[in-house]
Amino acid sequence: MLHYILRRILYAIPLLVGINLLTFVLFFVVNTPDDMARMHLGQKHVTAEALAKWKHERGYDLPLFLNQQAPGIDRLTQTIFHQKSVGLFLLNPGRSDDGRDIAADIGQRMGPSLALAVPALLLGLWLHISLALMLVFFRLTFLEPAGLAACVILMSISSLFYIITGQFVGGRLLQLVPISGYDDGLAAFRFLLLPVVISLISGAGSGIRWYRTLFLEEIGADYVRTARAKGLPETVVLFRHVLGNALIPILTGVVVVLPLLFTGSLLTESFFAIPGLGSYTLDAINQQDFAIVRVMVFLGSALYILGLLLTDISYTLVDPRVRLN
Amino acid sequence: MPVILWTDALFLLVLLGPALLLPAIRNREPFIRPWRSVLASGTARASLVILSAFVLIGLADSIHYRPADAGGTDPDEIISLLDRWLDGPRHHSEKTYSEPLAAYAHTREAVTDAAGATAWLYPRLQYGGRHLHDPERERWPDIRQRVGWGLLKASLLAGLLWAITQKLHRRNKPERPSAAAARITLLLLCLLTGVVAELANDYHVLGTDKVGEDVLYQSLKSVRTGLLMGILTTVATLPLALGLGVMAGYFRGWVDDVIQYVYTTLNAIPGVLLIAAAMLIMQAWMGRYDASLTSLAVRADLRLLALCLILGLTNWTGLCRLLRAETLKLREMDYVQAARILGVSTPRILLRHILPNLFHLVLISLALDFSSLVLAEAVLSYVNIGVDPATYSWGNMINSARLEMAREPVVWWSLAAAFVFMFSLVLAANLFADAVRDAFDPRRN
Repeated sequence: MLHYILRRILYAIPLLVGINLLTFVLFFVVNTPDDMARMHLGQKHVTAEALAKWKHERGYDLPLFLNQQAPGIDRLTQTIFHQKSVGLFLLNPGRSDDGRDIAADIGQRMGPSLALAVPALLLGLWLHISLALMLVFFRLTFLEPAGLAACVILMSISSLFYIITGQFVGGRLLQLVPISGYDDGLAAFRFLLLPVVISLISGAGSGIRWYRTLFLEEIGADYVRTARAKGLPETVVLFRHVLGNALIPILTGVVVVLPLLFTGSLLTESFFAIPGLGSYTLDAINQQDFAIVRVMVFLGSALYILGLLLTDISYTLVDPRVRLN
Repeated sequence: MPVILWTDALFLLVLLGPALLLPAIRNREPFIRPWRSVLASGTARASLVILSAFVLIGLADSIHYRPADAGGTDPDEIISLLDRWLDGPRHHSEKTYSEPLAAYAHTREAVTDAAGATAWLYPRLQYGGRHLHDPERERWPDIRQRVGWGLLKASLLAGLLWAITQKLHRRNKPERPSAAAARITLLLLCLLTGVVAELANDYHVLGTDKVGEDVLYQSLKSVRTGLLMGILTTVATLPLALGLGVMAGYFRGWVDDVIQYVYTTLNAIPGVLLIAAAMLIMQAWMGRYDASLTSLAVRADLRLLALCLILGLTNWTGLCRLLRAETLKLREMDYVQAARILGVSTPRILLRHILPNLFHLVLISLALDFSSLVLAEAVLSYVNIGVDPATYSWGNMINSARLEMAREPVVWWSLAAAFVFMFSLVLAANLFADAVRDAFDPRRN
């Protein structure tokens, strides 16, 4: 087991290196620091001194890979590659383009992101799986086509519609909850209620359909026929046998996204003014802060790879059919 | 003088592609049978009718030219066939918001009358209902009359179409129930078009937005953007996914390792962030070549194309993985082994024996992706990494109208129009894609 986990971790390292190189090429070679400076300072009427000063303040004026002028080991460390990209591996994201400490920002904003994402994920799992099980239970009745039609309709509506209408109905017409904002501690509940409900509804169509296909794949299996043949009621068959076995693919689907919960949701957080990492990224994109976007790309990818790793491990734990060699 | 923009050319090419494939699959039962079962379903046919209507609008909006009488305002103006048809709504701009079918503005204004007295009232619109003398009394009768005329003309047209399809239909074959569903959809579409066409020149059927532009015109212009997002993205996806997926599966060994590494790496980067990074970089690039772009339309067009390519570059990994797995399976099949032993060259095996058997996977995945790409456009525009702000798109409409629900009284028509148009396209695409998947996926039969 330990051997297997070690091998998976070793496999993750070249992936991380690849992502790091890719972001480096995208952000510093394809798009040179000159381009960045020009985007910030305006395309026209910029003096060469202003450009140089902007780059120097942010450390973008160093050579890319090799600093010929520096002595000794500084030849390698006094470069953009070492300072901006290798730093990410050492968990040192550095400063944003307007001088903020990115690591501190991330630490501060992780909490609100989690406060929104965790309840949304758990409640979503519970609701969508129950509804999918109900569709399977009532299969071959009129409820099945009706439920499936409802799913397609829910899937075809833009997520922006859910958010905008949700804010209008919940916040303005009924005045049940504040339209947007955030508060620390338990007071956050009032602010999180509406975004969580909206994320449940907007994910319902695709979620229910996905779980239903998983259940339908199990329901034709031999062990289900055996269970029915020995006289078990349909509810027991569904809940104990079908749900139990379908939990394996469901679990792996969930484990993959677990680490990504930290990074939050761009849309929901910015619409509801929740100060999480999602709205942080969105603000960075809007202000064209390349440093933050670069760090978030790396962080997101690293968390995704962690998710893949956890998936592999959880597979070996729950699925007895998986052999480690 | 006709002008061909990049996206126009690619759009036409993508639409022509399947038509060119037609002779190749005409006599091959395995390719035709699934389509027959797609068309046997009523919902699939009805959604095909709606999709065709959208494609026709998009096509009319993809034939661009420079008008001979440029009107003097903008010598570089490029308009499309659709602009020509919608000349009325295109030019009838009001000052600001007005409700659908209104004759008066939505907000009060200080108006000075001939005698010099200033009053605080809702001013008459410049174009909406301007032919009426007394809108209070005449507006509804006038609208009712126009709706009646529209329905009458449309039903005449629909009757003609019905007669033609009846004539084409072979008498000895019993009519399928799915054909009836398609006809009813077509009839409803005709009636709707008739009514709108009758009203559109003298009213703002869907109201006007903040700067007074006709919302119906905006929504119809956005159709092309929505379609292009769904269709052109595949232009970038398909060669990559097909080429790399087949190579990885067929050659295995180090080729497989490299390709797997590349797509796992790309897949690990969160999609929105990769798109955002690529779009930021693209903007910096376009800044460099700003001077060489002649007109706004060309610039917006290039940005749309770039967005589609970027979406394609971030989207090919899923399909590539599927194709690799399928190729791995196919290459061990008896007929492929036999071909190899008989000395058939590798390119020929790939082309004749592997590719046709991957066709269903490609088709299913393209059909399923289409609707999510249309929806993604709206989200990306909201995040400001979508299409150019000057391009008409549902995402831009929603983005610029997102604070309107907070106004008093509520301005709902811009948002509603964008959402309804987007919903009908995506719903039709989803229903059609489901039918395609059910017909082509061998596991579902």
